[in-house]
Amino acid sequence: MWLSYVLIASVRVLFGATPRWLGSQPAPQQRIYFANHTSHIDTVALWSALPPDLRAKTRTAAAADYWGTSVLKRTIALKALNAVLIDRKRADPSADPLQPLYELLEAGQSLIIFPEGTRLPQALPGPFKSGLFHLARRFPHVELIPVYLDNLHRSLPKGTLFPVPLICTVRFGAPLARIADEDKSAFLERARNAVIGLAT
Amino acid sequence: MTLAQKFYWLIGGIVVLLIVATAIGRILRARVHDEAAAAVVDNLIARVRAWWWMVGVFAVALTIGRSATIAMFALISFYALREFLTLTPTKLGDHRALSLSFFVLIPVQYLLIATDWYGLFSIFIPVYGFLLLPSVSVLAHDTEHFLERSAKIQWGLMITVYCISHVPALLLLEIPGYGGATPLLMFYLLLVVQMSDVLQYVCGKLFGRTKIAPAVSPSKTVEGFVGGAAGAVVIGAAMWWITPFTPLQAAGMAAIIVLMGFLGGLVLSAVKRSLGAKDWGSMIEGHGGVLDRMDSVSFAAPIFFHVTRYFFT
Repeated sequence: MWLSYVLIASVRVLFGATPRWLGSQPAPQQRIYFANHTSHIDTVALWSALPPDLRAKTRTAAAADYWGTSVLKRTIALKALNAVLIDRKRADPSADPLQPLYELLEAGQSLIIFPEGTRLPQALPGPFKSGLFHLARRFPHVELIPVYLDNLHRSLPKGTLFPVPLICTVRFGAPLARIADEDKSAFLERARNAVIGLAT
Repeated sequence: MTLAQKFYWLIGGIVVLLIVATAIGRILRARVHDEAAAAVVDNLIARVRAWWWMVGVFAVALTIGRSATIAMFALISFYALREFLTLTPTKLGDHRALSLSFFVLIPVQYLLIATDWYGLFSIFIPVYGFLLLPSVSVLAHDTEHFLERSAKIQWGLMITVYCISHVPALLLLEIPGYGGATPLLMFYLLLVVQMSDVLQYVCGKLFGRTKIAPAVSPSKTVEGFVGGAAGAVVIGAAMWWITPFTPLQAAGMAAIIVLMGFLGGLVLSAVKRSLGAKDWGSMIEGHGGVLDRMDSVSFAAPIFFHVTRYFFT
């Protein structure tokens, strides 16, 4: 959609969003990119750092309670960013909120997620929610790529309306190793540290 | 010669220079074998390639006209300020002041040039920006490092916007007997600054032994500075025919430009180091960031502007 190109072009002009592949290379393998979350720019920044052919096969997850609330937000999330909405608030307690992501991964697509679940106004990520753990266990063949988004917590922190254009680099790390029988909290902490390791 | 003819001669001359530089790069690359020397030559080749781009963009903007030239410098200020503030620590309380700096102060400063409003142009950032930006920040009620934060933002704006905007501000000068040839004056300033940088680099690489300020800028040497400065002054004097100056005056002006440019390089290198960085950015391959290329210009432009304005208008 044309709006995608407008968003990508604006993010490139204002923030650069240049990729740095440290430990992995852009490749057509199925992947889950997991990154720190500080601003509304994050998804587009990560997306525009991917080569166009990979971008076309990479979807993102957005919170339904935020992105589903107005026509404008819905259009941006669903049409421009090609996102799937997930029910972060679990309106229906019997449904698995990750179900849309399972379907998308089963269809062979790659995924961008922000495991903190919300935007934090800080350089380093906070504790990860368990979604990444469930996805990783269910799809053992999918590569888990940690990504660190630089400076965006200063560019458009939660609660601000106008951005400050600072240079953002998108740093892709080495795939997270799979350790058999690792418990949830150890896995999530290891995943978080992989993102933090890319911060310096 | 008409203005246009002089302009084409200048561009032609620079293209010849770049062709020679490109050829030298290729020849050196074929000759060197050890790794360290190869890295230096590769950097030289990257620098020359970036020069082709920079000269191309500048020539196109000048050809399109005054508005395009002013817009180009507005963009240069935008990217230079972005580099400056990316390296400078700020806090959430500065957010509004920072947004205003990028999206209001830069456009207004350059619109003032485009609309010939010299009086406001010369005080807009040092007076209005200076007083209003901290007033916006204070509304965030965060006093931690307030003076440092406000001072850093103001300093960044002065260098990257106020000082750099004095290059296109040369277009505002009305110099008796010089007609509308002020684009050539702008060309002259940039040519002398950049030739001085290039020749200092070349002389430094060839003959450099005695470091001037190793703690601030390890690549600057006495031999490089003397050779580069002398070369740039000779070039500046030889280019008197595109300026309102006599050859001797042109040499003096070139000397001022070279000295200020040298100081600018040194001061901004110290600022960069105090912020813990080696380069301001990575936008221009081989050179570093926009501000790495504009550091000498930012110091030379306001002084050249005011000396010219005082003595020649």
